[in-house]
Amino acid sequence: MSNLPFEQDKFTTISGKKIKELYTPADLDGFDYSKELGFPGEYPFTRGIHPSMYRGRLWTMRQFSGFGTAEDTNSRYKYLLANGQTGLSVAFHLPTLMGIDSDHPLAEGEIGKCGVAIDSLADMEILFDGIPLDKISTSMTINPPAAVLWAMYIAVAEKQGVSPKIISGTIQNDILKEYIAQKTFVFPPEPSMKLIVDTFEYGSQEVPRWNTISISGYHIREAGSTAVQELAFTLRDGIEYVEWAVRRGLDIDEFVPRLSFFFNAHNDFFEEIAKFRAARKIWAEVMKERFKAKDPRSWWLRFHTQTSGVSLMAQQPYNNVVRVALQAMTAVLGGTQSLHTNSLDETYALPSEEAVTIALRTQQIIAHESGVINSADPLGGSYFVEALTAQMEKEAKDYIKKIDDMGGMVKAIELGFPQREIADSAYWYQKAVERKEKIIVGVNAFEIEHSPIPTLKIEDQVARQQLERLKRVKQTRNNTEVKAKLIDLKKAAEDNQNLMPFLLKCVRAYATLGEVMDALKEVYGEYKEPITY
Amino acid sequence: MAEKKLRVLVAKPGLDGHDRGAKVICRSLRDAGYEVIYTGLRRTPEEIVNAAIQEDVDVIGLSILSGAHNVLFPKIMDLLQDKQAGDITVIAGGIIPDKDIPNLEKIGIAKVFLPGSSTEDIVTWIDKNVKEPLQDR
Repeated sequence: MSNLPFEQDKFTTISGKKIKELYTPADLDGFDYSKELGFPGEYPFTRGIHPSMYRGRLWTMRQFSGFGTAEDTNSRYKYLLANGQTGLSVAFHLPTLMGIDSDHPLAEGEIGKCGVAIDSLADMEILFDGIPLDKISTSMTINPPAAVLWAMYIAVAEKQGVSPKIISGTIQNDILKEYIAQKTFVFPPEPSMKLIVDTFEYGSQEVPRWNTISISGYHIREAGSTAVQELAFTLRDGIEYVEWAVRRGLDIDEFVPRLSFFFNAHNDFFEEIAKFRAARKIWAEVMKERFKAKDPRSWWLRFHTQTSGVSLMAQQPYNNVVRVALQAMTAVLGGTQSLHTNSLDETYALPSEEAVTIALRTQQIIAHESGVINSADPLGGSYFVEALTAQMEKEAKDYIKKIDDMGGMVKAIELGFPQREIADSAYWYQKAVERKEKIIVGVNAFEIEHSPIPTLKIEDQVARQQLERLKRVKQTRNNTEVKAKLIDLKKAAEDNQNLMPFLLKCVRAYATLGEVMDALKEVYGEYKEPITY
Repeated sequence: MAEKKLRVLVAKPGLDGHDRGAKVICRSLRDAGYEVIYTGLRRTPEEIVNAAIQEDVDVIGLSILSGAHNVLFPKIMDLLQDKQAGDITVIAGGIIPDKDIPNLEKIGIAKVFLPGSSTEDIVTWIDKNVKEPLQDR
């Protein structure tokens, strides 16, 4: 059991990494400033992708949000924008995430619960009603059906008279971390990767300001990985996407600048900052050296950060405000481009308006009161932070090499490698908490009774309203046209064409998400996960 | 512990894919000496109840984080009754608000474990409340 991630030592990070009593110049033996760090805005971008960082522009404050019907979520968006939020981020309910409609038997009990219910373009039109898509950027957390929801967004923009050439935002569209960690999958790996490369190709030609993927470590970490595993698996996922796109014949410098990343900001302050810095450095190197990208924008690792959901505790929930503030600070000191701060009540339910306001204010306090934005990469040069950054870089590269040797990430997933590594880390962390080697305030130490806090409840009428609208859409649209467009889509999938133009035609005719996904399932089949623990 | 090991089905109803907790609990129960069967993700109430009967389990542990427990748990409990399997002990955990617990207990869920429960708490509870395998009673 020597390869356990956790060492029996009091002074370890939350990932079980041993930390020394003191770091000195001896820890940076042979450290070359220009090679390891460079200036912010310069290769290898360890210190940040922009020369002046937040002096030029603050990160985008983007609260992940969605619940109930499209009307409910639309008013939450308007509230957040009125309160100084600078971008939107859509949380879909589970049926949408899985590519099924609200009237599917498996959707029972789930409608509008974990996010907003979107079945067709009709819902999407309401979701963005009165929100100018030429001015606001939108991130959509959606994976197997990402191309379909993106098509709906493009169609809504068209209806607002906004050209796809100028809309901006992100689709998560990262299937590999679904097989690895979050487990929202539909199709097997091969066709899933094909669909993703379709979006890269279509995006670079038709929707040039859109991030066609958000390569995500967030869920890997939430599933229980260590910081190094999050870093390594995410970057190796990124390499996998680039390899598949290159095999299709796409030009590196055309699509890579639109790839974005998404990391977790967890509890251990310096480990997180080191992780973000190491991520930028490794990606820049991989793109320049391994893939020979020439455009400096291809070398940039641009990332969104969300504070850690699993670190929130149900016990004494107001303490979560402090956890979130510290985690958000690591993201800012690590140079994030965009940030979501969790709300204190999210171990119970989707956030209440009051809770989400505190979360947004936390970012605003960091931005406008703390002074940390005044200087780029303020921790650069710290013996400790640089040593930790270098150590994480090395350990992540070892993992990346190991996965290369397995034949890539799709192969590694088939072997169950990242899944097993994460499950091992999660198990040992749980045991460390139970042995009180890791202290969680209010849970295994400093426990007191606390009174319940108010939470958001999704009323049963949400499901009724949603089902009624879906029925109305199916009755009022041109069903002959829908049928024809779905047949065209299936044919295009069989002929291995880029599906984006066909998806657009389907959604414009108000084909539902479930109908589109069913048509594709007939061609692509469905993924069955090997059951292990 | 009885000679024959207690058999536990860890089941994931609902559409969410959050299996970190379910997997940690599977391993912990296995380490504590139980026979553990894990259903995998997104199982319907029918699939869960059929698996429980087929595998002849003594305990079903339901893990759900999607918010659909108030709809899915009653279905599971009704199906167990319909199939004369009401003697199987059913416990649950995940994201379940305190205010939903009285009703879940009323329909026969023996225990709802809240966030922050240790794996030790769960093992201790089963040891204390499920004394011996059903077929030995």
